[in-house]
Amino acid sequence: MATAVQSVERENYLNSNYGIKSWLLTSDHKRIAMLYLISITAMFWIGGFFAMLIRLELLTPAGDLVSSDTYNKLFTMHGIIMVFFFLIPSVPAVIGNFVIPLMIGAKDLAFPRINLLSWYIYMAGAITAIVAMVTGGVDTGWTFYTPFSTTYSNTHVIGAAIGIFIAGFSSIFTGLNFIVTIHRMRAPGMTWRRLPLFCWSNYAAALIMVLGTPVVAITLLLVALERAFNIGVFNPQLGGDPLLFQHLFWFYSHPAVYIMILPGMGVISEIIACFSRKRVFGYEFVALASIAIAVLGFLVWAHHMFVAGISVYAALVFSLLSYLVAIPSAVKVFNWTATLYKGSIRYETPMLYAFGFIGLFTVGGLTGVFLASLGIDVHVTDTYFVVAHFHYVMVGGMVMAYMAGLHFWWPKISGRMYPEAWAKLSALLVFVGFNTTFFPQFILGYMGSPRRYHAYPPEFQVLNVLSTAGASILAVGYVLPMIYFLWSLRYGELAPPNPWNAVGLEWMTPSPPPTHNFDETPIVTWEAYDYEHQPQEEVSVGH
Amino acid sequence: MWKNLPLFPERASALAWQVDGLYFLLVAVSAFFTLLIFVLIFVFAVKYRRSVHPHPVQIEGSLPLELAWTLIPLGICMIFFAWGSLIYFQEARPPQGAMEVYVVAKQWMWKFEHETGQREINQLHVPLGRDVKMIMSSQDAIHSFYVPAFRIKADVLPGRYTSTWFHPTKVGTYHLFCAEYCGTDHSGMIGQVIVMEPYAYQAWLSGGGATGSLAENGQQLFQQLGCSTCHRFDTQGRGPNLTNIFGKPVLLDDGRTVVADENYIRESILNPGAKIVSGFKPIMPTFQGQVSEENLMALVAYIKSLSQPASGPASNQAAASVSSNGQ
Repeated sequence: MATAVQSVERENYLNSNYGIKSWLLTSDHKRIAMLYLISITAMFWIGGFFAMLIRLELLTPAGDLVSSDTYNKLFTMHGIIMVFFFLIPSVPAVIGNFVIPLMIGAKDLAFPRINLLSWYIYMAGAITAIVAMVTGGVDTGWTFYTPFSTTYSNTHVIGAAIGIFIAGFSSIFTGLNFIVTIHRMRAPGMTWRRLPLFCWSNYAAALIMVLGTPVVAITLLLVALERAFNIGVFNPQLGGDPLLFQHLFWFYSHPAVYIMILPGMGVISEIIACFSRKRVFGYEFVALASIAIAVLGFLVWAHHMFVAGISVYAALVFSLLSYLVAIPSAVKVFNWTATLYKGSIRYETPMLYAFGFIGLFTVGGLTGVFLASLGIDVHVTDTYFVVAHFHYVMVGGMVMAYMAGLHFWWPKISGRMYPEAWAKLSALLVFVGFNTTFFPQFILGYMGSPRRYHAYPPEFQVLNVLSTAGASILAVGYVLPMIYFLWSLRYGELAPPNPWNAVGLEWMTPSPPPTHNFDETPIVTWEAYDYEHQPQEEVSVGH
Repeated sequence: MWKNLPLFPERASALAWQVDGLYFLLVAVSAFFTLLIFVLIFVFAVKYRRSVHPHPVQIEGSLPLELAWTLIPLGICMIFFAWGSLIYFQEARPPQGAMEVYVVAKQWMWKFEHETGQREINQLHVPLGRDVKMIMSSQDAIHSFYVPAFRIKADVLPGRYTSTWFHPTKVGTYHLFCAEYCGTDHSGMIGQVIVMEPYAYQAWLSGGGATGSLAENGQQLFQQLGCSTCHRFDTQGRGPNLTNIFGKPVLLDDGRTVVADENYIRESILNPGAKIVSGFKPIMPTFQGQVSEENLMALVAYIKSLSQPASGPASNQAAASVSSNGQ
C-alpha cells in the first residue's frame, strides 16, 4: 500500500496542473481525451433521453404521448446526436486519443494543438446542433433526405446541418493526427508488424475520416444552400435530382459505420488477447481485415438505395460488393474466437463486454447479409429490421466495445480501480437489456412494421412493449457504470501500473501516466501480444 | 396474447413465398453461425479458464484456417447473392400485359387512378390473379409504396416515374404503408390494398365513380392544352406524330437513341428541350407548372393508348387489358 500511495503522489497528467485554464488550454492528448470523455458522455445522455421518450411513445399503438411532430424530432435528434456527436468520436477521440501515443511509445500525438483545436471544433458543432434543437428542433431524420429536408420541412434544418458540418472538421483533424502519429511517432523497434491491433484499426478508421468526411460536409452544406437560396441541386422542380443527395450522403455515411465499428474492433482485439493471455490468432489477417473493411466500405454505399429507383445493374453490383465487405468482418470474428482456444481465460468486466461484443456483432453482421440480399432488402429496408440491424452493430457492437475499453483502460486513465462486482452486473444488464430491446425489432421488421412511425397498427404492440421493457433494463445498465466510475475517482482502490498484467507499452508507465508519458523512450524488441514472455505470477491484483 | 404475435406477414403474392424461402435459408444459416460462435466461445471460456488452464499455448495462426473461414462464407454469400438477385430481377420486370394503376403520392395520402378512370384515395382495389403494375410519382417529398403481404416496396420520387408490380394470390385486405419518412403525418400515410375475386372486382368497377377512362381524359387534355396543333396524326405537324411511338426507340437529333417510356414522355412535356427528336426543331414550350401530376399521367396514358394495335383511345376494354410497355 505504501508504494501505491507514493505512486499517486508522483506527478501525473491529472495533478501536474490545476485550474480550469490548465484543462481548456492543455495540449496533452490525455487531458484532451478527458475533455472528449466528458462532452460525449453528456451527448450520450441527451441522445439516450430522446431514445427513452421514443420507446415510451411506442408502448401503445396510438400516438398519444407526444405529437407526431415531436416524435419526428425525437428520432431525428436521437440519431444526429448518437451518430455524429457520440459514436463517431467515442472510441477514437476518447480512448484512441488517450492510449494510441502510449501504445506506440510517443510523448503525444503528432499535432497536439490541432488535437485541442479538434475538441473546440467538436464543441462548436455540438453547441450549434443543440441550439438548433433547443430553439425548435429538426425533423428530417438523421439522414436529411431531399427534397423533404430542402423544401418541405419547416424545422431548423440549416442549424443542424451546419452543426454536423462543423463537427466534421474535428473528425478530419483527429483522423489526420492519428495517421501522422502512427506513421511518424512510433518508438524505436515498434514496426508495423509489432503495432497493436488497436492502432491498426484506428489507423484504418482515420483513413475513412480523412477521405470520407469532406463529402458529407459538402453535401450538408448543399442542403443548407438549397434550403436558403433554392440553388436547385436536389429538388427536381428546380432541375435537381433527389437521388444525388442519397448517393453523396451514403458515400460518407456508409463508411462512417466503419469509422464507428473499426476502433471498437481494435479494443476487442486488445482485450481478448489480454484476458486469454495469448497473441491474437492470425494477427496479420486481423490487421489487414481492418484495411480491407476501410477500402471496401467505400464501395457499397448504394445498398441503402435498392428500392430508391436506381438501375437493376447498379443494384446488382452494390449487392455483390456488400457481401464482400462482410467477409473481413467474419474473418475478425473467427480469429477472436480462435484466440480463446487454449488460452488461459479470466472473466474480468472488459472480457465480459468483449464476449458480448462478439456475440452481438455477429448477429448484427449476419443480419447485414440479409440486407445485402436484394430480394430480402426490398421487403425489409426502411422497416424495424434495419433499425434492429444497425443497433446491433452500433450499440451491440460499438457501445459494448467502448464500455469494454473504458473498463479496460480506466485504471490507466484514472489511477483507480472500478468496483468489479458492480461492473460485472452492469455488463450483464447491458447484454440482457440490449437483446430484449432490439431482438424483437427484427421480427417487427419482417412483419412489415415501417420505421419512423409515430403510431402503428395494433398487431405490432406485443413486440413493441417487449422492446420498451428491454430499453429500461438497458438504461439501468448504462447508469450504473456512470455512477461507479465517478465513485471510483475518489473511493476506488489505487491502480498499479499494470493491473491486468497486460503487455503493451501503455502498461509500462505509471497509472495515471505522467504528462510526458514515458520517462525515457521505450525500445521495442517484441511483437504485440507477447504473452509468452510475460510472467504469469503477477496475475492476482485488484479486488 | 400469442395470437397477436405472428412472425410473418401474410403471403398474398406470388413473390411472397420466394422471398420467405430465401429468408428461411438466411435465418437457418445465420442461426448456425451464431450458435457456432456462441458455443465455441462458451466452451473455450469454460474449458480454458484460468483456474484449470493456467498456461496458455501460444499459436501464431493458421493459413488453412484463414482461407477456410474466408472462402466458405464467401461461397455461401454468393449463393445468397444469386438467389436474392433473381428475386430482384423479377421484381424489377413487370410481365407483359399487366394491368396498370397510376399512383400519385403526396403528403400524406395515396391517390390511385385505374386505367378505366376510377379514382381512389388510400384504398386500392385489385382483382385476384392479375399482374398489377404501379406507375408512381410524388407531388412533394419522397414516399415509398410498401405492401408487406406482397413483399414489395418501391420509392415514389418527385419528378419521375418509378414502378413496381405484384401478382395477388389471396383475397383479403392488406396494409399499405409509406416506408420513406416524409414528414409530420408519415405514420398516417397508410392505406389498404383490397384483393377481390375477379367478378367482384368487375362489379366494383361498374359501381361508378369513373368519368371516362384515364386515356380519354388524356385525350381531352391533349386538345385543351393545344398539343394536337403540332402533334398531328400525319406527317405535316411541327412536332412528331405520336402514334405508335410508345415503347419504341426514338432517334434524337444528337444521334442518341432513347426508348419512349413513361419517363421520356413526362420529360418531353415538362422539359421539351432535353431530348429533341431527330428532324424537329426545339420549339415546344414547357408545361412545367401547368399540368398536375394526375393530368400528366392521363397524358401519358393517352399517348400509350395511341400505340395499341387496333384500338382507339376511346376503348376502355383495350386500354385495360393490353399494354405494350416493354420497360
